[in-house]
Amino acid sequence: MIDPKILSQHNLTPGEYDLIVRLVGREPNLTEIGIFSAMWSEHCSYKSSKIHLKKLPTGGKNVVQGPGENAGIIDIGDGQVVVFKIESHNHPSFIEPFQGAATGVGGILRDIFTMGARPIALLDSLRFGPLENPKNRSIMDGVVAGISAYGNAIGVPTVGGEVYFGEGYSLNPLVNVFCLGLADKDKIFYARTEDAGNAILYVGAKTGRDGIHGASMASQEFGEDTETKRPNVQVGDPFKEKLLLEACLEVMDRNLIVGIQDMGAAGLTCSTTEMPAKSGRGVEIDLDLVPQRESGMTPYEIMLSESQERMLIACKPERVKDVQAAFAKWDLDAVAIGRVTGDGKLRCSFKGEIVVDIPVSAVVDLCPMYKRPWRTAEAAPRPADSGRYPLPADLGGAFKKLLASPTIADKEWIYRQYDHMVLINTALLPGVGAAVLRIKGTSKGLAMTLDGNGLYTQLDPGAGGRIAVAEACRNLACVGARPVGVTNCLNFGNPEKPEVMGQFKEVVEGMSEACRTFEIAVTGGNVSFYNDTEGVSIYPTPVLGIVGLVDDTAKVVTPGFKAEGEAIILLGETRDELGATEYLKVVHRREEGAPPAIDLGREKSVQEACLEAIKSGLLRSAHDPSEGGLAVCAAECAFHGAAGIGFAIDLQGGLRPDVLLFGESQSRILVTARPEDTPKVLGLAKKHGVPAAVIGRTGGTNLRFSLEGRTLIDLPVAEARAHWMNAIPDYFRVAEETNA
Amino acid sequence: MKFGVVVFPGSNCDFDTVHALREVIGRPTEILWHKDHDLRGADCVVLPGGFSYGDYLRSGAIARFSPLMQEVREFAEKGGLVLGICNGFQVLLELGLLPGAMLRNKHLKFLCRFVTIRVENAGTRFTNAGRRGQVLRIPIAHFDGNYYADPATLEDIERNGQVVFRYCDPAGGLTEEANVNGSLHAIAGLTNQRGNVMGMMPHPERASEAILGSVDGRVVFESILQAVES
Repeated sequence: MIDPKILSQHNLTPGEYDLIVRLVGREPNLTEIGIFSAMWSEHCSYKSSKIHLKKLPTGGKNVVQGPGENAGIIDIGDGQVVVFKIESHNHPSFIEPFQGAATGVGGILRDIFTMGARPIALLDSLRFGPLENPKNRSIMDGVVAGISAYGNAIGVPTVGGEVYFGEGYSLNPLVNVFCLGLADKDKIFYARTEDAGNAILYVGAKTGRDGIHGASMASQEFGEDTETKRPNVQVGDPFKEKLLLEACLEVMDRNLIVGIQDMGAAGLTCSTTEMPAKSGRGVEIDLDLVPQRESGMTPYEIMLSESQERMLIACKPERVKDVQAAFAKWDLDAVAIGRVTGDGKLRCSFKGEIVVDIPVSAVVDLCPMYKRPWRTAEAAPRPADSGRYPLPADLGGAFKKLLASPTIADKEWIYRQYDHMVLINTALLPGVGAAVLRIKGTSKGLAMTLDGNGLYTQLDPGAGGRIAVAEACRNLACVGARPVGVTNCLNFGNPEKPEVMGQFKEVVEGMSEACRTFEIAVTGGNVSFYNDTEGVSIYPTPVLGIVGLVDDTAKVVTPGFKAEGEAIILLGETRDELGATEYLKVVHRREEGAPPAIDLGREKSVQEACLEAIKSGLLRSAHDPSEGGLAVCAAECAFHGAAGIGFAIDLQGGLRPDVLLFGESQSRILVTARPEDTPKVLGLAKKHGVPAAVIGRTGGTNLRFSLEGRTLIDLPVAEARAHWMNAIPDYFRVAEETNA
Repeated sequence: MKFGVVVFPGSNCDFDTVHALREVIGRPTEILWHKDHDLRGADCVVLPGGFSYGDYLRSGAIARFSPLMQEVREFAEKGGLVLGICNGFQVLLELGLLPGAMLRNKHLKFLCRFVTIRVENAGTRFTNAGRRGQVLRIPIAHFDGNYYADPATLEDIERNGQVVFRYCDPAGGLTEEANVNGSLHAIAGLTNQRGNVMGMMPHPERASEAILGSVDGRVVFESILQAVES
């Protein structure tokens, strides 16, 4: 008997239950309720977000597959496509950081290779609470180790990403994993069953009781009982997934199958309903045939398990033996558990009885969509905000504090734990800006970046959305890549709170506007709501994953300074803006004000100027100021550049020195050029209507900033570099000593 | 000459190595499936990097039981050239074709980065294209690369000139900091006594093309060519 308690445990409203009864034509049993609960969860159905996500541009000449499949696909020419997506694993990573993050990697990899693409790159966007708190250190240590363990073992390089730290993520870390794969355009596979009579094969790991209700868990807030949810987190086996990857790509390459889907969130339930729904068919399976790791599993547990490293395949009946032989080569089972039917139903038998009999379209397509009430906050005060803060007497001290702020500090402690070179495509090592991979056999390359500043979005959601897109594209422009496609992971609080829904709406609208400016399509992504613990929502955090194409990898420009005596040129201009900056946060202990203004037209011109200069071979380095402003940007160029080269930068203009140094005005790129090329770079900027000025020169062994000739900061490169390099490792050294 | 690259379940540098040998070094290279019993006429067998069998028990511990390892052992015993890179090195240690064992890195973390190694013996068939004291910039990527052997074994391999590479600083100096994983005697690569089997933790296939940041890894492959073809 289904009673209100069961409904509440399944996160279904009485209204949703009445609809289920109507769609099924009778009272559903407990297994069927479990199926609806998983598929109608926020995580699987996008029921709160869809009405807003529709505003995003999703079409374009190069779009082969937009949202709605396991991943998006963009044509990159020469008969090749890139398949990419980003997904969150926030909730599991808080409960069990290592396995939560590891299975996040495993899940996104399957989304990519299920479409016939070989995964060639992983990137991660991570958010943690402040490292002063040992709990946050332990979460970060576990998450990084989990990503490392899974990605390294399966042999897909983790080539980049970003990490921010903030109080708002203490009880709710974010783990967003991006994966990109490469495929031949004529070898793409989709989640389809095609014709009635086709066989349904279960491949990969056996089913256990792990992860039951994972999708529903990701669709609720966390409370004090969070720790007891640990059994809901799945356990990853990268070795099994490596075998599965090779076997799947082999049967696809040999054209032995007609469709395939991974069993991620909602496991067997999701694949046995979505695959037939997309082909207008049904599926009949025998649950007794599903390989099981534990004895005595009920139909409910089998259907809702989220055990990892499993896939469902549809193939012609005469191909079953060939598929099984291919999997046997990799020591994997491929078990025929059912067949495709013509009646549009999912029918499951268990010990001779029919235990599930429901229309697949009801499960997949008829989840009610919600237009949740939303409320937008009043805009933060914008003008004249810099005057409200005392100017630090010691700007050098403030600079060192910023360099040592974990959000800005060197991330090598993290990325050296990731194999970032396997597959030998990594043309630009991780550390700063976009990742660049070569495409073997061509002169082309792929650039990728993840971006999203939660503080900007918290203080002005619309601007935060626009800036996230603009900055990601700017990172690509700095290496000489043009954006070709977007995926996004939208991390928000509880959508039933009107202010969270208001943030969501404004962020999506901001992103949408920026994507249209850059003429790029959003090909999919993931929405992660309910990032609330004990009633507190995270900062709304959209993470944009943007992929760019490089025509000629020989022309890629990197952020590091190359030689002494080269001109340092700032494209764009610095405005009187200090709101929402890392400087205010770290030095003045304030998270307030309006984020920097963004003019998308100006932004595009700056990027075009940079791209053209790179194409013409005029630039020696390029890097964009973000957190920490121009000062940190220039320092990073020195740290990543040829050994120990410093610089002297002389700032001009009527702004306060802290604004000039640490302000985060948008649409700026710091570039260097040989002295003889400098006029050409300035000319190019002018042609694009972009303000540009030579502000300094590389050389010496110090980082020197002056304002109209008066020294502001003068620090040896080595000293500044030590602050930046040791900040994150020092937190973990302290941890090791305390434990000992 | 012809190379053969062994593919174990869980190998993940197999195709990187094949790419370097075929496309960069320009020699035919066979892919050798671990379940077969056939080296397909390879003059040099390469055991590539990766996580054979997931490395769940101990790195390389299960791969030594793969059917093909019987042929690899016989091939090595007859004097055939065998190169183990990273996980391949670990497999050679487990097979007993090289002395010693691998422990976890000294900081107990996986470590992926460029390192510099010094050529200690340029007289081997894996280093004859280099010169003694030459510093090579090649990446490592491993969890268990902290080389260990008992004192008597260490003394033996040092006396016999079996140590081929040591971790060093960019100028070639041996410092504790440069010995990134804590290996005894900073050993990054070594041969058997006969000099026909070599294991190394750094990945020469990752340093064979300019776009990857270094071409120093070619020394190893070019040495093998020189040894076999001349």
